[in-house]
Amino acid sequence: MDKVYASTDEAVADVFDGASVALGGFFHAGSPAYLIRALAKQGAKNLTIITQSIGIGNWEVNLLINNHQVRKTICNYPFFRSASRLSPFEVQFRAGKVECEVYPLGTFIEKLRAGGAGIAGFYTPTGAGTLVAEGKECRVFDGREYLLELALKPDFAFIHAYMADRLGNIVFHKTAQNYNPEMAKAAKITIAEVENLVEVGELDPNHIHLPGIYIQRVVKVEKLQIDVTIEQPPKDAYVDIKAGEDLI
Amino acid sequence: MAKQVGLSRELMALRVANEIPDGSYVNLGIGIPTLVSNWIEGRDIILESEIGMLNTGPLAEGEQIDQDLINASCQPVTELRGTCYFSTCESFVMIRGGYMDVAVLGALQVSEKGDLASWNIPSSGRGKIGNIGGSMDLAVGAKKLIALTEHTNAKEEFKIMKRCSYPITAKGCVDLIVTNLAMIEVTKEGLLLKEVAPGLTPKDVQAVTEPKLTISPELKEIEF
Repeated sequence: MDKVYASTDEAVADVFDGASVALGGFFHAGSPAYLIRALAKQGAKNLTIITQSIGIGNWEVNLLINNHQVRKTICNYPFFRSASRLSPFEVQFRAGKVECEVYPLGTFIEKLRAGGAGIAGFYTPTGAGTLVAEGKECRVFDGREYLLELALKPDFAFIHAYMADRLGNIVFHKTAQNYNPEMAKAAKITIAEVENLVEVGELDPNHIHLPGIYIQRVVKVEKLQIDVTIEQPPKDAYVDIKAGEDLI
Repeated sequence: MAKQVGLSRELMALRVANEIPDGSYVNLGIGIPTLVSNWIEGRDIILESEIGMLNTGPLAEGEQIDQDLINASCQPVTELRGTCYFSTCESFVMIRGGYMDVAVLGALQVSEKGDLASWNIPSSGRGKIGNIGGSMDLAVGAKKLIALTEHTNAKEEFKIMKRCSYPITAKGCVDLIVTNLAMIEVTKEGLLLKEVAPGLTPKDVQAVTEPKLTISPELKEIEF
């Protein structure tokens, strides 16, 4: 059951117009940068992108935004912290060209966990009594309010990992693990780009973070050297506007 | 309103650090709360980071920086002895599941009932969308929530209000408010002024606080 693809281009070739694609990573950490670049080259349109931040830290997402491949985003941290600094996504969002759903972080990842675990939805106390609750069923359990949130089941997930074998057994590195395991479980097809590819039997079975059953495709990539900061973004990743008030 | 200066941000953070008991698991939010980490060296306190890390060490510098090791504010951090990593999903089991003894969050506004507003300024042009991050989960899940904030905003408007005018993060979640001017407990009967910054009177604090403050019989100056 060898899941290795020769290139990122081949691995993303069947992403179709209108697909929903989950992108792992928390800012740059664990972001599948090579697969995102391949998707920008492949050109599928009307995509729903499910990811933590949109072109903040994970700068490659701006390739999809600037190509107008994205119809909708489902996310947790859509904007720069300062309201006077706009990402390419925010420029399109303010112009009404792209939709955005935002969820509290724990709800966002639990929606994916539920999707991967065969659960249709769940009740969470997070967001009760806030704007997040608008239009959602609210129920009281033991005197406390809970919101009904529904599962997310993306067509594809792109994840990044430190190491995998040819069966797709995965080992993550430090905080680059983040959303990657739940996105892998939630999606119909999960593609893992990995910094190290080893033969079957070479991973210690006690130290596998994510079993290969959740992974359909594996591509070996080079480790990308990333400038960690989001305080000084690449020049093409933002425009500054006047006024605006910093959050907190 | 007359502008009051009060404590520096570092000292505000120190006052909060002194309020956290040894043996606590703690999550620090973005902004001023991050400074609390500068005051816990040698304390028996374990910091959790939402991204998926327990026993988060100090900020990394120079050669220490590892692109795969960041906190939830995208700052490079370091490992400590006993650090462990896990998924963000697991992280929110800890947060929502009630395993955080203390969360310290920044605030745009806090109401006298302990409602917190921390993620959306309606005039920002971003509509009903904003960077919620982990704030809503921390607000409902932490055993004790400390709001750490300047007492008034940059326009010298109230931040401690009868009712929040900005969209809230969670209802009735704040237990304690620490500002540059005072430490105020949120009680069922309203806001209880427990400590004031050196040189200030309760009247000074009341002048920049919208709801009526009850003055604690044990009122004292903030000490370090």
